[in-house]
Amino acid sequence: MTVRDARDILGARVLVGEEYLDQEVRSACGSDMMSDVLAFSKDHSILLTGLCNPQVIRTAEMLDIVCIIFVRGKKPDATILEMAKARDLVVLETGHRMFSACGMLYKAGLNGGAI
Amino acid sequence: MDEVMVLTYDVPPDDFTRAGEASSDVKSKLKMLGASPAAVRKVAIAMYEGEINMVIHAHGGKITVEISPQSIKMVLADVGPGIPDIDLAMKAGYSTAPDEVRSLGFGAGMGLPNMKKYSDEMKIETEIGVGTTITMLVNM
Repeated sequence: MTVRDARDILGARVLVGEEYLDQEVRSACGSDMMSDVLAFSKDHSILLTGLCNPQVIRTAEMLDIVCIIFVRGKKPDATILEMAKARDLVVLETGHRMFSACGMLYKAGLNGGAI
Repeated sequence: MDEVMVLTYDVPPDDFTRAGEASSDVKSKLKMLGASPAAVRKVAIAMYEGEINMVIHAHGGKITVEISPQSIKMVLADVGPGIPDIDLAMKAGYSTAPDEVRSLGFGAGMGLPNMKKYSDEMKIETEIGVGTTITMLVNM
């Protein structure tokens, strides 16, 4: 699917990166612990998180993640969005909780990647 | 890229917002130099974990990165409290990070194991009350 599909499935709002919505995404990971994302993420293109600080952007940057989805209606501040913009990331925001958001994307064909 | 390029960074103490700036810079420089995506990814993750550790545990420090056609060598030196038990610190899931760090998304006890996993060689030199120097090597 594309980032645009993910946005539509979740009814998410695009906060940054409108121009990159047509990127293809294959797998995703969901966590509020960036330590675990760094430890276990392999070629994931989407990161779903309820954590809202600059290290979310840095973690995505280190792992070449293309889209961050803030769940539970978390609203990143201007600093975080600026950082995302500078790194050509897409940032989405959805009111869905982590479990639901992950489930909706999984059901639509996005997988969790290899263990 | 025939010669060795040396980059040095000061990691500011206790500034969690800026933690990762050095790793970010190294990552973009490596990409510009045309390093393989696999090597870039390994360096980025290993160094970022180390940089975060320096901010969480050691009030910052200094990082030196040497980039040669064969390898990338990262030396992370701090004058923090030192690591009392390296074997324990290397255990996945073991963490001494305070709760406030966990609320920032770190402190899952994966830092050092991750640094080892993503580097081809890693050496830890540490002395209680003096500091810790971690040297990591990633082959190109």
